[in-house]
Amino acid sequence: MTLALTLALVGLLMALAIWTVVARDTFAAVTGFVPYGLLLTLAWLQLRAVDVAMTEAAIGAGLTGVLLIAAAARLRATETPAWAERPGLATRVLAAIVSAAVAAGIGACVLLLPDPAPSLAPAVVENIAATGVGNPITAVLMSFRAMDTLLEAIVLLLGLVGVWSLAPDRFWGGRPGPAPTEDPNSILGYLARVLPPIGIVVGVYILWVGADHPGGKFQGATVLAAMWLLVMMAGLSDAPAVDRRWVRIALAGGPGAFIAVGLLGSVIAGAFLGYPEAFAKPLIVVIEAALLPSLAVTLALLLTGPPSRKDSSE
Amino acid sequence: MRAILDIFTIVAVVAGAFFFLAGTVGLLRFPDTFTRAHALTKADNLGLGLVVIGLLPQMDGVMAGLKLVLVWLMVLLASATVSQLIARAARRGGSDGGKS
Repeated sequence: MTLALTLALVGLLMALAIWTVVARDTFAAVTGFVPYGLLLTLAWLQLRAVDVAMTEAAIGAGLTGVLLIAAAARLRATETPAWAERPGLATRVLAAIVSAAVAAGIGACVLLLPDPAPSLAPAVVENIAATGVGNPITAVLMSFRAMDTLLEAIVLLLGLVGVWSLAPDRFWGGRPGPAPTEDPNSILGYLARVLPPIGIVVGVYILWVGADHPGGKFQGATVLAAMWLLVMMAGLSDAPAVDRRWVRIALAGGPGAFIAVGLLGSVIAGAFLGYPEAFAKPLIVVIEAALLPSLAVTLALLLTGPPSRKDSSE
Repeated sequence: MRAILDIFTIVAVVAGAFFFLAGTVGLLRFPDTFTRAHALTKADNLGLGLVVIGLLPQMDGVMAGLKLVLVWLMVLLASATVSQLIARAARRGGSDGGKS
């Protein structure tokens, strides 16, 4: 029975993946990509990787899906001209061969993995008590591989800088996205009043249980960002101008706190991002709590896009 | 007792799955945006509700059950709102709701 479900899942995943690649209409391809992400979430659940599943649902399907929908809507006007200048047959065949070679290479790597695969899992299980964290994923992300997590947070920030750098000079420091036009008394306005109190509790809860159960800052921050975006989309509040001091502080605060704790570690524990054993859990909680608002603001502003109008309140 | 609860679960989840199937058939077969949205929201909400009710006896603890019910209520709220938005967008677009 489980095998049948797994096979059905794999079949659907393959079909949607192929659809996403061959669909001619950009919007149709994106429409395939979002359920592909949700099915991938089910696949991760099937593999009992709940943390990865939550991240996939929140970031892979949700956030990336919205980004791609916005991009597809923007590209709509240029779609027909783009088709007119599509590359010739030789280029496409070459691209197909190179892609197939890469796919075959990755497949060969997976098949040639030694069995049993080299694993650090026993070492993690042995030392997890030292971190004071119950969820092994969180222990790995925040302690054993804290450097990766720090770089991830910084990469997101760099991504936002990249998005902002697309702003025309005259709008620099202005507000991103279109001015709110939605009637605040619309059905969307109603949802934007009812949902955020619940969503904020859920977001913080996901962060909090991340210490001992699946969850964490990235998933929690995505929920918080979604609530803020909902309020902005419903016209209940305008997007902040990107030169606001609180925006900058909110963006840099999390990674800043992370780096500060890391430097503290090089003084006290003798290694960058090393935690003194007695304070490992509190320090991890401090970093996660500091990263949550930063990540939420970063993700929300990534979706609202580059500044596109003057700040009218000036 | 256990057997009765298990039978209840099976009946309720199967009934829920039937509504999902009906909703999917409606989505594929109905002629325009409005009727399709109707099929989806009615059937999915009822279907998910039945699945949730069916799973309640299988949860260990009241908190886990409450979380399931909360999931259902959130889906109700979201799908009702989204179908309203889609229907309004379809009407404002001046189309006949995608009839073709």
